[in-house]
Amino acid sequence: MTNTPADQAEKVAGVEVGERRISIPGMTEEGENLAAETNQAAEHSHGGLGETKQLTSGIGSRANRHTGFDVAGFPQPSGREEEWRFTPLKKLTGVLTDEAGQADAAEHRVTASEDVVVSSLAQGIAPRDSVLQPADRAAAVAAKNVDDALHVSVPADVEVAEPIRVDITGAGAGRRANSHIVLQAGTHAKAVFVLEHRGSAAFNGNVEVIVGDGADVKVISLQRWDDDAVHVGQHDAEVGRDASYKHVAVSLGGAVIRLNTNFRYAAEGAEAEMYGLYFADAGQHIEHRTFVDHNSPRNTSNVLYKGALQGASARTVWVGDVLIRKEAVGTDSYEKNQNLVLTDGARADSVPNLEIETGVIEGAGHASSTGRFDENHLFYLMARGIPEKEARQLVVRGFLNEIIQKIGVSSIEDSLQEDLENELEIAGF
Amino acid sequence: MSTLEIKDLHVSIETEQGTKEILKGVSLTITSGEIHAIMGPNGSGKSTLAATIAGHPRYEVTSGSITLDGEDVLEMGVDERAQAGLFLAMQYPVEVPGVTMTNFLRTAKTALDGEAPKLRTWTKEVREAMEQLKIDADFASRNVNEGFSGGEKKRVEILQLELFKPKFAVLDETDSGLDIDALRVVSEGVNRAHEANGMGTMLITHYTRILNYIKPDHVHVFIDGRVAEHGGPELADELEEKGYDRFLAATA
Ligand SMILES: Nc1ncnc2c1ncn2[C@@H]1O[C@H](COP(=O)(O)OP(=O)(O)OP(=O)(O)O)[C@@H](O)[C@H]1O
Ligand SMILES: [Mg+2]
Repeated sequence: MTNTPADQAEKVAGVEVGERRISIPGMTEEGENLAAETNQAAEHSHGGLGETKQLTSGIGSRANRHTGFDVAGFPQPSGREEEWRFTPLKKLTGVLTDEAGQADAAEHRVTASEDVVVSSLAQGIAPRDSVLQPADRAAAVAAKNVDDALHVSVPADVEVAEPIRVDITGAGAGRRANSHIVLQAGTHAKAVFVLEHRGSAAFNGNVEVIVGDGADVKVISLQRWDDDAVHVGQHDAEVGRDASYKHVAVSLGGAVIRLNTNFRYAAEGAEAEMYGLYFADAGQHIEHRTFVDHNSPRNTSNVLYKGALQGASARTVWVGDVLIRKEAVGTDSYEKNQNLVLTDGARADSVPNLEIETGVIEGAGHASSTGRFDENHLFYLMARGIPEKEARQLVVRGFLNEIIQKIGVSSIEDSLQEDLENELEIAGF
Repeated sequence: MSTLEIKDLHVSIETEQGTKEILKGVSLTITSGEIHAIMGPNGSGKSTLAATIAGHPRYEVTSGSITLDGEDVLEMGVDERAQAGLFLAMQYPVEVPGVTMTNFLRTAKTALDGEAPKLRTWTKEVREAMEQLKIDADFASRNVNEGFSGGEKKRVEILQLELFKPKFAVLDETDSGLDIDALRVVSEGVNRAHEANGMGTMLITHYTRILNYIKPDHVHVFIDGRVAEHGGPELADELEEKGYDRFLAATA
């Protein structure tokens, strides 16, 4: 029984807010901070697996978290801080050090059609810093130490058919790179941005995304680093009125990856989603933190992150914060994380935090589950004639496909399928 | 006409207290079209026999043989045994995360036949088989056995039996935990497979009620890792009435 990855509907303060996205009748307009109860619920209903730990965050409201551009406002973390407690700080190879990157440590190459405007933004030049508010030391360091941010802008009413690519290639392990990218889509513009990270570096990258009113924007961030790369980053978006925004993070390669992906709204009527797919091998640490800030009324959000782990000391972390502020009446929000543990010794942490400050919402829910693939699963599939290798691929592919399908760029989808097959080969399956 | 032959089979498992012999010389021969019922007390080794035939890695064959039409089954991998035409309906079907029934059934059928089934006819075949077994259509998009009730899992085992058309099926307590309607539906499925493909069947059960639907040609009493007695259908009735005392006394 314990290895059943059943999704668990949560109860928050006795009110069901799980899969079915019901409204919360018991709540008043006064609202209530439910973080503490949420955490307890998560801890209670997800136990039973050796590899998985549901932990409470033990912190105050996400609304009170410090943000700012002053590096001194974020001391070097010790590892005891809430937002750093999962991260292997020793392996961060200097990405938190307040210093300029080495020239050419990470090359940025933009491939875009002619209607896309590519330029750079010096410190203090708008729209730079209009969306991204550094939420930890890494982001403050990157913001401060990049003189010219890359600015890729799609003018109002322009629909770009081909994905706009930003290929970021690290020059070598430990080469220190800071990066700051501003992606912008004007009113009613439509575009897909692909950020693809390859090679190796000690990479600290900020991305801010400006989604104009009525715009339709996808940002696909592919972490396909070499095994010795380190990547910390913060991706923030502000989503305009009636706009549609989708962020997909795919983290496959790299020694340590730690991405904070966040969005908030500029007005009402928007739909925003964040998806993630990760595959951790032995020795890899892959951490994703998502924060949905429902800071204005009548917006929809959806978060789904799925990960597979294999090999000794493969480690993944997902921390999903959703804050539904007092003014965010009519919010519809859902977040879910699912992990599939393929071998012993791997560990997935999954921490959903839902804070609701108003009862006048359409729905809010979260779920988290971790399943194991073990000898009995394998036996069952093989007893139906399926060879071992195919059986494992079947399980992993079936599990992760849901996210791959969200990408909507077939060339990327195909190459990711190949990558996943390679990941499985590496483990000797 | 096929023959599944089990000869003087000895099987052990590794436990924390050391090696434990569970099967202590089982001999049994099934030919196509025959139905053999196996009855015996809890812990006598029935599931061990079933899992050993299917090739579960936990069970170690220390001596004896299993052959299918003269081919050494013990030399085959788990998947190869299925491909050779052996099917085990498990006492406790396993939940497999991440794999939908549709995907699973198609992948297994492809592996068993060595080529992908024609999508049109296959989809229709699956749908009809599900209807006959009274399995709701939405099960097709659910993950294999995940969250299915005990009875639903058993139906899905028989669904596979019908779709995969094995030469020999071992049904390990497929009747346990079924309500009266489900018992009938599942039995009809087994009988269809039996008639359509001349399937040979080893039916492990504790209850004679399933034998009202699936008529055995032979009944074997399984005691302490051995077949203690062979007989016809009347032996099942005797067991129902008198229990295993007579046989247990004999081994003691
Ligand atoms: N993996 C295992 N570890 C320890 N003991 C085992 C294991 N598998 C089987 N056994 C033991 O082997 C014996 C036979 O078990 P088996 O499951 O084959 O019995 P059974 O006849 O199918 O019983 P039931 O009618 O209860 O299903 C039992 O004593 C059981 O405890
Ligand atoms: Mg049994």
